[in-house]
Amino acid sequence: MSAFARKLQAVAQTRKTTTVSTGASLPVIAALVGIAVFLLVGSLSSSIFAQQTVAGLAQGAVFGSLALALVLIYRATEVINFAQGEMAMAMTYVGYQLTIWGLSYWLAFALTLVIAFVFGVAVQLIVIRPVQHRSVIAVVIVTVGLFILTDGVVAWIWGADLKFMAAPFGNQVYHVGSVAFARQDLGVLLVSILSVILLWLLFQFTKIGLAMRAAALRPAAASLVGIRVNWMLAIGWGLASVLGAVAGLMTEPTQFLQPTMMQAILIYAFAAAVLGGLESPAGAVIGGLLLGVFLNLTGQYVGFVTSELRLPAAFVVLLVVLVVKPNGLLGRKQVRRV
Amino acid sequence: MAALLELEDVRARYGPVQALHGVSLDVEEGQIVAILGANGAGKTTTLRAISNTVRREGGIRFAGKAVGRGGPDDVARLGIAHVPEGRGTFAELTVLENLRLGAHTRRGSIKDDLARVSAYFPWIDERRNQQAGTLSGGEQQMLALARAFMQRPRLLMLDEPSLGLAPRLVTEIFRIIKDLNEEGLTVLVVEQNAHIALQLAQTAYVLEVGRVALSGPSVELQQHESVRRSYLGY
Amino acid sequence: MRALLQMRLLVIAATVAVIVVLPSMLDGYHQGLAARVAIYFIAILGLNILTGYTGQISIGHGAFMAIGGYTTAILSHDHHMSLLLTLPIALVISFGVGLLVGLPALRLSGVYLALATFAFAVSVPQFALKFSKFTGGSNGLQADESYSHLKLYVVSWACAGISFVLAFLLLRGRIGRAFRATRDSPVAAASSGVSLPVYKTFAFGVSAAYAGVAGSLFVIATNGFAQPQEFGVTLSLQLLIGAAVAGLGSLWGVLAGAAFIGLLPTVSASAPLIGSAHGQDVVFGLIVILIMLLLPNGVVGVLARLARMRQARD
Repeated sequence: MSAFARKLQAVAQTRKTTTVSTGASLPVIAALVGIAVFLLVGSLSSSIFAQQTVAGLAQGAVFGSLALALVLIYRATEVINFAQGEMAMAMTYVGYQLTIWGLSYWLAFALTLVIAFVFGVAVQLIVIRPVQHRSVIAVVIVTVGLFILTDGVVAWIWGADLKFMAAPFGNQVYHVGSVAFARQDLGVLLVSILSVILLWLLFQFTKIGLAMRAAALRPAAASLVGIRVNWMLAIGWGLASVLGAVAGLMTEPTQFLQPTMMQAILIYAFAAAVLGGLESPAGAVIGGLLLGVFLNLTGQYVGFVTSELRLPAAFVVLLVVLVVKPNGLLGRKQVRRV
Repeated sequence: MAALLELEDVRARYGPVQALHGVSLDVEEGQIVAILGANGAGKTTTLRAISNTVRREGGIRFAGKAVGRGGPDDVARLGIAHVPEGRGTFAELTVLENLRLGAHTRRGSIKDDLARVSAYFPWIDERRNQQAGTLSGGEQQMLALARAFMQRPRLLMLDEPSLGLAPRLVTEIFRIIKDLNEEGLTVLVVEQNAHIALQLAQTAYVLEVGRVALSGPSVELQQHESVRRSYLGY
Repeated sequence: MRALLQMRLLVIAATVAVIVVLPSMLDGYHQGLAARVAIYFIAILGLNILTGYTGQISIGHGAFMAIGGYTTAILSHDHHMSLLLTLPIALVISFGVGLLVGLPALRLSGVYLALATFAFAVSVPQFALKFSKFTGGSNGLQADESYSHLKLYVVSWACAGISFVLAFLLLRGRIGRAFRATRDSPVAAASSGVSLPVYKTFAFGVSAAYAGVAGSLFVIATNGFAQPQEFGVTLSLQLLIGAAVAGLGSLWGVLAGAAFIGLLPTVSASAPLIGSAHGQDVVFGLIVILIMLLLPNGVVGVLARLARMRQARD
């Protein structure tokens, strides 16, 4: 083999075996604590820093919700649902329609979540199940087809022009000292954190949550104790769809309602999920928050990073994580089929 | 009266390789039945065929009714607990979660069953929140047994429970199996350790190359010439 | 075997005949449409080499098209280069970028690679927006020259023909076998001396080069106008779908795939019920899903089945 080829081989040489490493290792936790301290200190010293941090956390919460949806599905089926954002967008339109028909915001919100659950289950049963045993490419393409289909259906029913929903949290701004916090941002943070906590409670303390975890971890063993693994998958898709709907509804006041509203957020959610570790739900949320804050702070303090470069910045984060530490901050299994 | 489990000419294959060429056997209620044989004889495949883990042809009847071709979850719901090779433990979950999963098909409170499990395996109480994957081999085997017990099955199927265990533990586990059997649990056990299997079981089947070569009461088989030579070593 | 060979030669002859005769039967607009099919043909050919033959998923080929397209626009606008001359330059530049992308891609596989290329596809148009000094930003860049519909048609299909022949020759020999080995049995390939990294990176480069040329032609087709929006995510997604419809791992369905993504939107736009612009997406998405559910090996699979049926009859 030529020297050149040998050098290329060295570049490609990575750990090729599958190892089971535990999630949050000490250096990672230390780094996270360090970051938290940094943010706190920065916020106390500069009001702009604090505002950007809070706004970043709010945006990050949205990324995290969608990232959590992606991780839920990936954990159970190793499928990346490229249509997750568009499904979320469609559900947001459903919520909008409910308010048009006269429902109060929060009633529409709750009903939308129910509809989102049913929608997610339906998609898994009808579109995904027939192809989920085939190659990665096949499933990717099906979700891409779903992406395009959802876009089309939404634009067909509602049109592509901008629409507005009644703002759930109002436009008030709170002042703490010289720092201004938007009620909207705080509300988004609250709702997102609440939904994540509720989901966590479901998984940790209910029978069906345990069954879903078991089905995702070891489907064969789960089958042997009587768990209907396929149903668990469908429910997983339903819950992921609910999370997506939350993300969409929470981002609507800033993005407004248009068919492309979730496309950029999907990219951010991917980056967040990979950053946190594609197999780690906690990682998805933390990754989202970190990414949101990172993007806002670099946008504020690094002149070069203008608004056009936000997406590429997320791409850089994604790439760096994939190349340096592919199982992310809190990722467990290192699944790499070379 | 029909046996609890009846296999009639069961065939199974892995891709192009035929593993079972027509296995017929009966397990009477209340019995312990052992399946013996060398590596590759089809012992594990037989259990897999029963639990629908592998696709099979031929008839299987449980408690008089035909067992459908659905999935392993359907078989579990019929009241058959299959502890596979590798024990089917959820290594990433805690001991308690594993036990709860065992009771997945059960309705109502499982507190009493958990108490009984603690009685059989006292160490489980202290280690309830420990990750199952960090248990020793013997403890994992006991956990697998406990998990199967939580299912309150009518038939317990064990695949090589003695594998990789120290003799003292093997005796312990087989003693517990015998206790459970005396309380009414029917057991079908696949074992390479013919010696201890024949001591435990009332009836045994010897498989060779995917077929039943010999069968009968353990006492008889223990005296049988070829069994003694091939599997008992004397 | 002879039945398959016969059918293939027949298909090629028929296709060439149709391509040569077609322009005389079409008006300018439809000639442009047919040219677009050729452009997609080239891009999908490239993508197929990467994803079909070496198994590396890319949802980012729109980005390589953008690179080729902007190369052409910049060279024409700033340096007044003839459009035809920009093509080989775009090819070389895209090849280089493809090699660069292929290197880190070596460490990724499956879904991870899909994600990375997807993010790449989204980022490149953003870079075009950012560096507006060179690229004209959101206003885009206008090339100096422009082609008539007929000239576009001829150039595009000529390039398509050359691309196909090159691909055929490349994949037929040792390189093609090496490509397929990296996809099917990497361990066996490595142990018989096939350097996986070299071939996988090379595949990326070649694939990008094809997309780059397609991108150049794409810009020429849109009146010499290069805009970031033209090269968005949707383009990359369409290319992947075209490759899947064609059937991955074989060159013979690529024309069908290119026709699918080139013509379906326009065809469905004029359909009565679905008429509006958004109906196309609905139809497109539905058909893609249906094809993946029902025709897992794309058009190639159908052709193979037909060939087998003919063989059985003989």
